[in-house]
Amino acid sequence: MDLYRAHVLVCGGTGCTASNSEAILNTFQKELKKNELDQEVKVIKTGCFGLCEAGPICIVYPEGAFYAGVQVKDISTIVEEHLLKGRIVKDLLYKGAFEKDTIRSLDNVDFYKKQMRIALRNCGVIDPEDINEYIAMDGYQALGKVLAEMTPMEVTKIVQQSGLRGRGGGGFPTGKKWEFASKIKGEQKYVVCNADEGDPGAFMDRSVLEGDPHVVVEAMAIAGYAIGANEGYVYVRAEYPIAVKRLQIAIDQAKEMGLLGDNIFDSGFNFNLSIRLGAGAFVCGEETALLNSIEGKRGMPRPRPPFPANKGLWQKPTLLSNVETFSNIPRIIINGPEWMANIGTEKSKGTKVFALTGKINNTGLVEIPMGTTLREVVYEIGGGIPNGKKFKAVQTGGPSGGCITKDHLDTPIDYDNLIQLSSMMGSGGMVVMDEDNCMVDIAKFFLEFTMDESCGKCPPCRIGTKRMYEILEDITNGKGEMEDIERLEKLAYNIKASALCGLGQTSPNPILSTLRFFRDEYEAHVKDKRCPAGVCQELLTYSVVADLCKKCGICAGKCPAECIDGEKGKTVYTIQKDKCIKCGACLEACPFKAIIKS
Amino acid sequence: MKSLDELAKIRDEAKSKMGVREGSKDIRIVVGMATCGISAGARPVLKALVEEIKIRSLQDISVSQTGCIGICRYEPIIEVFESGKEKVTYIEMTPEKAKKIVSEHIVNGNVIDDYTIGSVSGKYSSHGTVEDF
Ligand SMILES: Cc1cc2nc3c(=O)[nH]c(=O)nc-3n(C[C@H](O)[C@H](O)[C@H](O)COP(=O)(O)O)c2cc1C
Ligand code: SF4
Ligand code: SF4
Ligand code: SF4
Ligand code: FES
Repeated sequence: MDLYRAHVLVCGGTGCTASNSEAILNTFQKELKKNELDQEVKVIKTGCFGLCEAGPICIVYPEGAFYAGVQVKDISTIVEEHLLKGRIVKDLLYKGAFEKDTIRSLDNVDFYKKQMRIALRNCGVIDPEDINEYIAMDGYQALGKVLAEMTPMEVTKIVQQSGLRGRGGGGFPTGKKWEFASKIKGEQKYVVCNADEGDPGAFMDRSVLEGDPHVVVEAMAIAGYAIGANEGYVYVRAEYPIAVKRLQIAIDQAKEMGLLGDNIFDSGFNFNLSIRLGAGAFVCGEETALLNSIEGKRGMPRPRPPFPANKGLWQKPTLLSNVETFSNIPRIIINGPEWMANIGTEKSKGTKVFALTGKINNTGLVEIPMGTTLREVVYEIGGGIPNGKKFKAVQTGGPSGGCITKDHLDTPIDYDNLIQLSSMMGSGGMVVMDEDNCMVDIAKFFLEFTMDESCGKCPPCRIGTKRMYEILEDITNGKGEMEDIERLEKLAYNIKASALCGLGQTSPNPILSTLRFFRDEYEAHVKDKRCPAGVCQELLTYSVVADLCKKCGICAGKCPAECIDGEKGKTVYTIQKDKCIKCGACLEACPFKAIIKS
Repeated sequence: MKSLDELAKIRDEAKSKMGVREGSKDIRIVVGMATCGISAGARPVLKALVEEIKIRSLQDISVSQTGCIGICRYEPIIEVFESGKEKVTYIEMTPEKAKKIVSEHIVNGNVIDDYTIGSVSGKYSSHGTVEDF
């Protein structure tokens, strides 16, 4: 590492890589060379900044200029103007990063202002492939401190006092898990990190592994010391190639520096880590299925108890936690448990990362202190609903969660409040919905997912999710009866009570929650054969408003089903409802807005 | 890795090289790099500054460029901003002079009056007027 007067950080997360950041990085290097700046300006590939949709993202220091949506053709301008002449290219800055002729630092941009970064603190800040940069941010300090100054019991106590709870879904107190695993006698124990991340839309674990892989390595070693394990596994889905690669680099570098392996910090403590790849089945994120998968068996859940802390990997005591949970550990050790215990609400401490998507202006990865309200997330960080539409609900917890309506926008987000509202924290998916979303359709979307992902081991889930899906399909196709709603509800409660693992047990949640808050929408589909949001195709009818029709015939030319009749210039056009395939082409084509769907 | 001291050493070294990415610095050196500055030889001046800071492994200093400072005929110009002190403007820089500024002004804290805009202030009424540009 040499000293450079300026650093160009180019995001190399999955989102920006998909939008061509690799080519941007190379072009930067080429342009810098051409302008003889390559000895003064360093280009660094980082992890995700959380603003993937505005990507590719680059940030230039020392000014901290935050460029978004950068294209290859823009690079020569940035190099010649900014890096050579010192003139920030205002037109290319992120929209919120520039105000009244001064650039705002990242922390002051609306999207980041209310955030608090603990799990993501190094993401987009360091070069994840350089262990020195992690160490510069106090990396491996916590491991050193623990090995030099603390007993395993003291470490466990600190995690307990911090109030940290599992970020992978259930919110089980992490310190308790450490205590169970440490108290159980056994020669061989394991630490396992769950990086399966199967919730559709969630990508915080990927971002941590891509942007700050060493934090997971360090935390797992600390956990190993605390519970008396000297071997660990990270279970990552194979669809995360960048994460896998960076994690492997991190493990290799840590080994080389003696931060993994034998006699770490001359303490006599040994710890080794390896990666196991998952094939991406959702159920393999469930802890016991995950353990089976590591053992080389089919990824199907085992009955619990015994819990992994007693009989985990190869029947040995195993501490299993989620990536984001682990990524909090080093900070807790360095700053002390009170530090974390002071952030958040009474029973939920620290921060949580959410993947904010759907009908919202700023989508991206946001890390907020527990207790932040949904309103702050949607309207301040997220910048509100686009196109002046009305907010309808937020879906949290993915396929295991539920919807939260506008009456509850001021609820402080924490584990217990979300459960109270028949949703859950889950792994942190947050989908914003507006008036154009049909809630029955949303429930159907999640049911289709769980139905496909059911491993088939137990009948309530294997057959039950399919039945629930079929009923929802009938309802959205206009074939539903009022008894179907009751049947659906009954089925939901039975499956909840009888499925073997969390996948089946929580699969009815999207239905129960939409039934609780949007029963009227279900009834409209069934009784009036009407989809209030205008989403369910089968229930839509297209028609021409006679008063508005100018008899131009454009619609008839566009209709693929040739079901619009009329005589150009002479008669008002009409749609043959029975032949219409509801494609919407006529509605878009009519220049006079004479066609409506209802 | 044998000890926390060893780790601390690696940390400090790595940290100084990442210093560029921290927002505010105690000392900021700004080089005028508009077209006029570049044609007057601002590039070698900037390079010399960075080189000298590197050699001396100085910390908490940032070097950046700015557009035209507005007094083109005195280019190359560099300005030194130090928190809590008045800005110092040096004019008609050469790489040698720039290095000397690092050793004298930045390291020892002595402003080199001969190089400052004040040295030609005969042509202006006072320091202040030049500042007004
Ligand atoms: C169907 C199903 C899928 C799951 N997927 C994940 C996952 O992708 N990542 C994860 O960390 N936990 C997942 N979990 C939760 C894990 O079983 C386990 O509770 C968690 O990894 C424990 O870590 P934590 O205490 O740090 O949250 C899933 C659970 C179920 C039932
Ligand atoms: S609930 Fe579903 S996923 Fe879980 S074991 Fe049963 S069939 Fe498999
Ligand atoms: S395009 Fe519109 S205005 Fe023209 S015939 Fe069709 S419905 Fe009437
Ligand atoms: S919706 Fe499609 S099929 Fe139906 S009338 Fe319009 S263009 Fe024809
Ligand atoms: S991947 Fe670049 S900001 Fe997320």
